[in-house]
Amino acid sequence: MSPIEPLKAAVLIFVAAILQVTIFSQINILGGYPDVLLLTLVAIALLRGSVYGAAAGFFAGLLVDTANLGTLGVTSLLLTIAGYWIGRYGETTGRDRVHAPFVSIAVATVLVQFGALVLHYLLGDVVSARRVLLEALPPKVALNLLLTLPVYALTRRLLSLATAPEGATEVRLLG
Amino acid sequence: MQHRNRSARIAVLGSPAPRSRPAGLSSRNATAVKRRVVAGVLVLLSLVLITVYFREPAGGGLHSVQSTGATILRPFEVGANRVAAPFRDVYGWFSGLIHAKSENARLRRQVDILTQRVIQNTNAAEENASLRSQLHFVGLPRFPQDFDPVATEVITRAPSEFQQQIGIAAGKSRGIRVDDPVVTADGLVGKISAVADDQAQVTLLTDPSSSVSALDLETKATGIVGHGQAPGTLTLLRVQKAQTLNPRDTIVTQHWKFGDLTSVYPAGIPIGYISGASNTEVDLYWQAQVSPRVHFDSLDKVIVLVPKKRLGR
Repeated sequence: MSPIEPLKAAVLIFVAAILQVTIFSQINILGGYPDVLLLTLVAIALLRGSVYGAAAGFFAGLLVDTANLGTLGVTSLLLTIAGYWIGRYGETTGRDRVHAPFVSIAVATVLVQFGALVLHYLLGDVVSARRVLLEALPPKVALNLLLTLPVYALTRRLLSLATAPEGATEVRLLG
Repeated sequence: MQHRNRSARIAVLGSPAPRSRPAGLSSRNATAVKRRVVAGVLVLLSLVLITVYFREPAGGGLHSVQSTGATILRPFEVGANRVAAPFRDVYGWFSGLIHAKSENARLRRQVDILTQRVIQNTNAAEENASLRSQLHFVGLPRFPQDFDPVATEVITRAPSEFQQQIGIAAGKSRGIRVDDPVVTADGLVGKISAVADDQAQVTLLTDPSSSVSALDLETKATGIVGHGQAPGTLTLLRVQKAQTLNPRDTIVTQHWKFGDLTSVYPAGIPIGYISGASNTEVDLYWQAQVSPRVHFDSLDKVIVLVPKKRLGR
């Protein structure tokens, strides 16, 4: 792994967070909007593993909560867990499978939304489960799935993983 | 050859000497421990941040750090908004074009009605000002003359369905404080809910936590405007059945003062109009929907009303 890769991942997360809070959160389609930050986080976690995923999630959450003057730590908690979990999926089974980014995005979007609902409820915020789960979640999952391929491909390219994953290139027979 | 190998393996298995663990296994264990420690520490850190932030006052250490962080992020947010602005404008232009024809006819009718009203209102306003000065009338802060407007740009929007909030590019340094009303040329947007040195958070009228004392300009019915069932809509609550509500009635803010308590919003800021109202025999109050004048999805510039005199706050 190149020593510059953590920096690349940090820059990617930073750009995605800024774009999310300024541009993508205003693109309201059928009551939902794409979450480019979650897409980028999932791509990084799948490609680089659980430690990267957790760290990137924490950093992403801090940026979002700082930019929005929201309660510090709320988004960090959700994205740290999401990044770690997706990273583990990538490390164990998912990394080389074509459907892995799509499955990860769909599951992460649903779980982060559920987690956020519970967390905001515990913090005493007025939240509408109907609005969050029935109205906003289905279009959000659909929009995220639409953007999965380009964001994953871009992240993979920027993290210098455009080539196929390394496999066994030579077999030596013993005995 | 096969036989010799098998014998050798048996000899090794039968040996009482302890076998060394494969090198790969301990390395895998170390990685697993490292992985869990990193994730655990970050989750714990997040929980500590939530707890401290939640419990400390608005001027606490974490809030100050956040304020500094927001100031650092501000140029990036402003830059991203500027880059996106032309694309948003093109989208808005095409979107407006679709509804332009029907809207044109409706607006022409509205202009005729409003022109008549302007003439009547100008006379009434002059008369009102003259009578107020003759009586040396002492009233509550009025909109807009008792406020200094701070026009500013919208730079962020909360990226979740949980909060209807936006971030603006002006803060404490421009005299803005928590609870200051925020408007556009169309009407009421919301109020300031958090403030940093050069940035502030506005909680929109469509947020579940928002509620505004409101008045029907035509019938003088009073109630409370809160968020509606559908995104971007509002409802008018607590209007007694004895009062009257008509479709298309204009709803504006109502100001009140009770001892040291005073409403956040000055009187007379337009909120929207009644789009539907109903009541049944079992209801104590009207069920009314309000269509907001402000388009909350396309806010790009807002005005913060900073009171010239901060009464009791």
